[in-house]
Amino acid sequence: MLDRIAHLMRHLTQSARLMVGVPEYSTYVDHMKNSHPDKRVMSYQQFFRERQEARYGGKVGKCC
Amino acid sequence: MSPLIAKLGWFGFAITGASAFAVIALQQGESIGAIWIVIATVCVYSIAYRFYSKFIARRVLRLDPTRMTPAYKFNDGLDYVPTNKHVLFGHHFAAIAGAGPLVGPILAAQMGYMPGMLWLLVGVVFAGAVQDFIVLFISTRRDGRSLGDLIKSELGHIPGMIALFGTFFIMLILLAVLALIVVKALAESPWGTFTVAATIPIALFMGVYARYIRPGSIGGVSLIGFVLLMLSIVAGQYVQEIPVLAAIFTLTGEQLTWLLIAYGFIASVLPVWLLLAPRDYLSTFLKIGTIVGLALGVIFISPELKMPAFTQFVDGSGPVWSGSLFPFLFITIACGAVSGFHSLISSGTTPKMIRNETDARFIGYGAMLMESFVAIMALIAAAALEPGVYFAMNSPAAIIGTTAESAAQTISQWGFYVTPEMIMQTAKDVGEHTIISRTGGAPTLAVGMAQILSDVVGGQAMMAFWYHFAILFEALFILTAVDAGTRAGRFMLQDLLGSFIPSMKRTDSLIASLIATGICVSGWGYFLYQGVIDPLGGINTLWPLFGIANQMLAGIALILCTSVLFKMKLDRYAWVTIVPATWVMICTLTAAWQKIFDANPRIGFLAHANLYKEAVADGILLAPAKSIGQMQQVVFNDYVNASLAGLFMLVLLSMLVFGIRTVLRARATTSPSAREAPFELLPADAAPRT
Repeated sequence: MLDRIAHLMRHLTQSARLMVGVPEYSTYVDHMKNSHPDKRVMSYQQFFRERQEARYGGKVGKCC
Repeated sequence: MSPLIAKLGWFGFAITGASAFAVIALQQGESIGAIWIVIATVCVYSIAYRFYSKFIARRVLRLDPTRMTPAYKFNDGLDYVPTNKHVLFGHHFAAIAGAGPLVGPILAAQMGYMPGMLWLLVGVVFAGAVQDFIVLFISTRRDGRSLGDLIKSELGHIPGMIALFGTFFIMLILLAVLALIVVKALAESPWGTFTVAATIPIALFMGVYARYIRPGSIGGVSLIGFVLLMLSIVAGQYVQEIPVLAAIFTLTGEQLTWLLIAYGFIASVLPVWLLLAPRDYLSTFLKIGTIVGLALGVIFISPELKMPAFTQFVDGSGPVWSGSLFPFLFITIACGAVSGFHSLISSGTTPKMIRNETDARFIGYGAMLMESFVAIMALIAAAALEPGVYFAMNSPAAIIGTTAESAAQTISQWGFYVTPEMIMQTAKDVGEHTIISRTGGAPTLAVGMAQILSDVVGGQAMMAFWYHFAILFEALFILTAVDAGTRAGRFMLQDLLGSFIPSMKRTDSLIASLIATGICVSGWGYFLYQGVIDPLGGINTLWPLFGIANQMLAGIALILCTSVLFKMKLDRYAWVTIVPATWVMICTLTAAWQKIFDANPRIGFLAHANLYKEAVADGILLAPAKSIGQMQQVVFNDYVNASLAGLFMLVLLSMLVFGIRTVLRARATTSPSAREAPFELLPADAAPRT
């Protein structure tokens, strides 16, 4: 039961962060480690800034 | 679950839904509780999702759980990330739900709640959700590309350019009408103006905090922002009571217009982290929270619907907006039933994160059902108001006058019981000087929400707080849209102009971006100003133009879907998109035609222009014009609006021609000709289907 609640909370947090354009940082780090071990991994701060620029950089991201 | 039990369960659902409809239909002049509408709605959505969306997924599109998705193919942990379908649902819903589903149904309530409700239900099941779902599917199978790109590759280069061009004008009209809603809600309201103004320093503080003090702390900074927002609502009441401060924040519509235009210009050239991003956090979370709160309120309080099921205004003589039920209801309610704008989201970030093609059904079809439910709640909030109060709030001053007495008298003549005391009491309850002619939908929704929410928390004493909370919530995400939209419009324009003047393309050049921003802001600012000074309230002109533009885009998206179905050799199922495409096009073209050519000056732009031209010839001044020059300006505005409606018709008709050409070519070949990304298997370690 507690597990399920923790699971649900994690999903809610992830969804809320994704709503403002920031995907899961740990997923990004895992991806870089597994697929591009030779490349530099952005710190969370750099990752956050990169995502902010990407979200508001001029794409239509919102509806009426 | 055994198939028999499942079947019985769905049968039960159908019976429940049918009974709820029977209750709604059989009430003879008695008002009913909103809960019946909620039950009927939820049953319709569930059945549609379970059967119709499954039919589309399995039979029509044949979603393939083994097929590669862009999220795996281009996985970069940033834009392309395989994402759990429930997490992605939230993201997609937050992106499609905005002011549209809240405002349209409120304006439509002048015909009674029934027409709006029926169109919301039928529209979402057969048009809106189908469009969102199929566009998401098409984009997912094509590396997550955008609508413009999809049209270019499936229909041709020219139709792609036409669609992009059309999208730019939708942006301008959308921003103008959204800004108009804010102006109408804040004019002469020091409390509201103060709280909305306070969001600017709050957002700036949050921006600095999330960048330098605690970098990237979204949750923490949003919480701080939320507390400050609530404090600013409380403080707003004191601002209103102190005459010196109240005078500063009591602004006319025209003053607010200029402030908004200046704000839009400055905000869209500032760095995004400073103002836009933190405001976006606040508005997104507040939006989701308020929608959930409103849903709980509607379900538990089940407010009585005081608005009749149908009013006499289905004939088109209504004060809120003019035009008869067909075609104008179907463009007044866009978001919530079918909204072309969603096709931009369905071909935006969502397809890049979808983990498995089969998730497209839940995310595309499901999220749209949820948005439709938001629209139903807005309709309930409007219908729960005393009809007399509703019409006092939504009729322009040119029709009901500016005093409670004149408004009550006019509205009583229409057959809706209302006294001047009722109007003044409502204003007092929500802490405003007046509620007369607060057109635009937002204040009406705010009063409706305040009634529902104050029943849950705080009672009568909290009503003014809830009213200003609701105003703030709407103004906040509208301003985010103005800000983000101006920025997006500026990039679109730089791209477009860059084809002719290469130096305009440089987004890092200050001069180029200032010029593009200036053009964008003056574009929507022009329509906004024209709406604010319009004696018929502006909404009467701008909302139909917005509806026509939005439904034009829906028509374009559905033409794309139909072409793709034919190119996939799925001719026998093409009716799934042909039927909604036809309906949307008939409504849009008829509405645009009537807006241009109708002989009634309240509907037709040209008839309105002639009225003013004749008056100029006779040397008579008509309100709002105070000089012959202003009279000529009104005539000019009418011609601009008429040309815009004509332009939308042309765009849609040309897309129809290109669509038919594509379909005929597809039918002439024997093999599928859709330009999908070549088939690849999903990697074996991909997350299993959920």
